[in-house]
Amino acid sequence: MQWAEAGYPIYLLGRDTDELQRISTDLELRCGVKVWHKQFDSNEHTGHAALVREIADQAGAIEGFLIALGYMGDQSTSETDVAECEKVLGTNFVDVAVLCHACASHLESLETGWIAVLSSVAGDRGRMSNYVYGSAKGGLSVFLQGLRSRLQKSGVHVLTVKPGPVDTSMTFGMSKLPLLCPPEKVASDIVRAVAKRKDVLYTPGPWRLIMFILRSVPERLFKKTSL
Amino acid sequence: MEQLAGWGNFPVTEANLVRPERLRDLVPVGDSVIARGLGRSYGDAALNSSGTTVLTTKLDRFVEFDATTGLVRAEAGLSLGALLKAMVPRGWFVPVTPGTQNCTLGGCLAADVHGKNHHRDGTFSRHVTKATLVLASGETRVLNQSDPLFWATAGGMGLTGIIREVELQLIPVETAYMQVKHVKSPDLDTTIELLTDPAHDAQYTVAWIDCLASGASLGRGVFMAGDHAPKSAVPLNREDPLRLKMKNTKPFPIDLPGFALNPFTIKLFNAAYNSFQGRRGEFLSPYPSFFYPLDGIDQWNRMYGKRGFVQYQFVLPAATAQIAMREVLRRFSEARRASFLAVLKRFGAQGPGLLSFPTEGLTLSLDIPMSSGILEFLDGMDAFVRNHGGRIYLAKDSRMGPEMLRAGYPRLDEFCEVRRLVDPAGRFSSDLSRRLKLCP
Repeated sequence: MQWAEAGYPIYLLGRDTDELQRISTDLELRCGVKVWHKQFDSNEHTGHAALVREIADQAGAIEGFLIALGYMGDQSTSETDVAECEKVLGTNFVDVAVLCHACASHLESLETGWIAVLSSVAGDRGRMSNYVYGSAKGGLSVFLQGLRSRLQKSGVHVLTVKPGPVDTSMTFGMSKLPLLCPPEKVASDIVRAVAKRKDVLYTPGPWRLIMFILRSVPERLFKKTSL
Repeated sequence: MEQLAGWGNFPVTEANLVRPERLRDLVPVGDSVIARGLGRSYGDAALNSSGTTVLTTKLDRFVEFDATTGLVRAEAGLSLGALLKAMVPRGWFVPVTPGTQNCTLGGCLAADVHGKNHHRDGTFSRHVTKATLVLASGETRVLNQSDPLFWATAGGMGLTGIIREVELQLIPVETAYMQVKHVKSPDLDTTIELLTDPAHDAQYTVAWIDCLASGASLGRGVFMAGDHAPKSAVPLNREDPLRLKMKNTKPFPIDLPGFALNPFTIKLFNAAYNSFQGRRGEFLSPYPSFFYPLDGIDQWNRMYGKRGFVQYQFVLPAATAQIAMREVLRRFSEARRASFLAVLKRFGAQGPGLLSFPTEGLTLSLDIPMSSGILEFLDGMDAFVRNHGGRIYLAKDSRMGPEMLRAGYPRLDEFCEVRRLVDPAGRFSSDLSRRLKLCP
């Protein structure tokens, strides 16, 4: 929305057509920009490249991609349920990685633009309470490091966003989440980080320090924590 | 379970909260449900300790806007602030606004809020052309002003259903500025005269009163009048008269300890506010500082500390208002039940909302920090207000009794009749409706 407020046209992709319609109308009325939307299934990996071309044909030159795609799942279910485990790993890592490649080759040919991808602080260290989700996000963060390096030559910028818990429907009702952050704050941090071409964004900021400390704890000790 | 309170931080209760993000999920859950927006009602109107509280704040989308007529339709969780932010640059303003922009369209309709222009433009509901209501059955109904359910919903404190969408007629403005006039008043008679005298009238009028003044200066204060500034009144060096530079709000950092508030500090605060607002004569003011001076301090309610406060707002009918108001002020002044803010306003004629608060006369609202004996003191005040034909504002109330409600709101039975048709089991209920035994 902050990009729409700044006057950028927006192309929305998502699962729920009703919601896409509702959000598009809102952005158009509120911000006076053109907003397109299309239903999208992140599972259909082979269709991603064609989809990116379609967006470019319809909306014109694409300045950048914001990929906020994920599935929290349930850690304890994933431990015993293969399908749930595959879904968490697949949605958070495979789907996003494949989509990133589709976006990357498009921008590579234009030799400009940016890709901002939502990873998570959960990917910085495996914890017993959330390691399935965390490992997919961790894999994604590594993937993005490589992609950033590859695209750097063609002038395309890759931003890894590592938010802490955000006050969304995913976290609503969970008690006592540390530093629960409003989504608007995450959004404005992302907008600023894209403008400044930052590589990795921790949002809100204190997570950079917290994760640094958590990463520094020796595994011998860390494995005994119940985090 | 979470701790939840209204803006006055009194009372505090346990709350079972849900927060739908998709329109289709906005449905009543369980046997007792109440909708809650941005939580700016002061008491227990949006609290439901024996059921579910549905937060509407994520359902805040614009749905339709006609740039030629200024008719806007939006989801009820949209705040006035967000509406103004989008619409003022296009030359439109909300027709009625309370003293904060951090309230939702649904909340404005449910409390049928009023503003400084009530004497001219009536309450919020007058400008609502349509409202979509989710009923106890889960069914959705579109209401317009010819529907009795509309007038039960306007001022109905969420007890007829969950308001899903509101269609509102905006008013055109040429600039984002107000032409403001301040006049100091030495006593109550002068203050009331300023509010009534056509020579001083404007679209928006209100008076600030120093509650601690007594004797001859009882009711002294500042009369404030404002109109939307036409283009010609705004200096040409302002780039676009419809655009303001938005300032960030500064949050009030902590709950102040109780001892920080005593009649002396409040007197100091009042004096400071007096000299700030006491800018004399006529001047130009950006609309937020005219309408929302307190929104500049996010969570200013924390000034009153953990124990919270009561905002006591009542209206007295025109016939008795002047004499009775003097007595009320005298009692507050004598009891030192001090207040940061006391606001006096003249209301115009009553609207058709069955539980809508404003009636023709004078309304006074005061912040009263919680302290021992305060509830008994206010019970005494209630009796006085009731004896003089007055009533208390439900959106502010946290403590009056059922008899006070019944005496003040003669159309209560009509309200309950309409409500029974759509919600026979009383599924929509709140701590307020139970405390007041609203429709037994």
